[in-house]
Amino acid sequence: MSVNEVYTLVVPKILEGTVIDHIPAGKALEILRVLNVSGQEGWRLAILMNVESKKLGKKDIIKIEKKKLTPDEVSFIALIAPTATINIIENFIVVEKIKVKVPDVVEGVIKCPNPTCISNKDHEPVKPRFRTISENPLQLQCEYCSVIVTRDEIPKLVRR
Amino acid sequence: MHNNFRFRDVLSILDFSRGDLETLFACADTFSRVEGKLSLLAGKIIALAFFEPSTRTRLSFEVAAKRLGADVISVVGEEATSIAKGESFADTIRMLDGYSDLIIVRHRYEGAAKYASEIAEKPVINAGDGRLHHPTQAMIDLYTVRSLFGTVDGLTYAVIGDLRYGRAATSFIYGLTLFKPKKVYLISPPLLRVRNEVRQTLVERGLPFEERNDIIEVIEEIDVLYVTRIQRERFPDPMEYEKVKGSYVVTLDVLAKGKPHLKVLHPLPKVDEIEYRVDRSKYEAYYYQAKLGVPLRMALLTLVLGAERCL
Repeated sequence: MSVNEVYTLVVPKILEGTVIDHIPAGKALEILRVLNVSGQEGWRLAILMNVESKKLGKKDIIKIEKKKLTPDEVSFIALIAPTATINIIENFIVVEKIKVKVPDVVEGVIKCPNPTCISNKDHEPVKPRFRTISENPLQLQCEYCSVIVTRDEIPKLVRR
Repeated sequence: MHNNFRFRDVLSILDFSRGDLETLFACADTFSRVEGKLSLLAGKIIALAFFEPSTRTRLSFEVAAKRLGADVISVVGEEATSIAKGESFADTIRMLDGYSDLIIVRHRYEGAAKYASEIAEKPVINAGDGRLHHPTQAMIDLYTVRSLFGTVDGLTYAVIGDLRYGRAATSFIYGLTLFKPKKVYLISPPLLRVRNEVRQTLVERGLPFEERNDIIEVIEEIDVLYVTRIQRERFPDPMEYEKVKGSYVVTLDVLAKGKPHLKVLHPLPKVDEIEYRVDRSKYEAYYYQAKLGVPLRMALLTLVLGAERCL
């Protein structure tokens, strides 16, 4: 038995839900935070961090039973973990594989960090909207006030 | 004449080309030669929606509209309108869209004019949105340079002052990217340097610029000195304002070290950043610049409202 086999973490398959794979190592908790998953929901949840990956060297994996991601939630993941793949599971089988992609326009997902941007004005029916001006390194530009947001700033800008 | 302004929103100077501006300037030349009232825009209603203080911009738009024969309706300040009762900016714009043929907006929030343009079907002209854009001021500034020097190209410029929060300075620098200046010096205290996204745009557009601390280092090289006021009202922290208050003053003694034909522009209002003696010197061009606001804005209103010719 090789050392790798000895240390293999065995996580059972899930009946129904979502597996988020190929998350850059160390980002799993951040993703749970932006998905608003606290662990109090009662779903079975597996978080694997810093496990071996052929593609990435090391990666994180999240398995969430019951929860299916909305398109907005897929966009959050694209912004934080652009390498991630999302597998939707039904009856232990992958029924859909989503390769996340940073959208050209990010609308209503994150708020603008500029307090005097019109998209932050109270009582105004305006959705914040950003255009992706660079994918690597990630740079999003506010369509209203032109402020540029980088990947590190995104987790604290996610709208609830 | 090819009119690229026809029913277009005017949100940023960067939305236009050099050719567009040359059409606009030629049209402004025509209007600067005529006096009295015209009837080119008779029957049109122009809405002025100024949610932030203004003297020159509002008055020159109003004069321009009236000289073209248009009627003007005004919303001035939030206190006097239903916004004070809690009405949204969006609803106010919707109402003006129903009442008028063109809406001119000034607001302290960045992106307000763009937002208004997404709501209104009629064209929207940005008369200043927060620290972001002031395209019509930049058009006037470039027109002033062209009127003084016969060209915008090949000259050396210095833009001094609050480059961080000043929308007129930013729009002027953006406007220069449409032309071929020899060199543009951006002079400010370190706290008031251009914002990152502005610097990135200047680099992408290939503007030959350099950032400096003091005008004295470059005074001998420059043809046009563009001075701006420190935008006290836009500082998030008053202590930060105290640190830079009065940090630069353009004096007659400094200007005397420059080229004899050097001209000083300022979008106005000025406070204490230009010594009073300069007002009566050969260097002063800011009152002339303010005066050109009327023919330039007459040209813009005429073109945006669809004229195929200016007279």
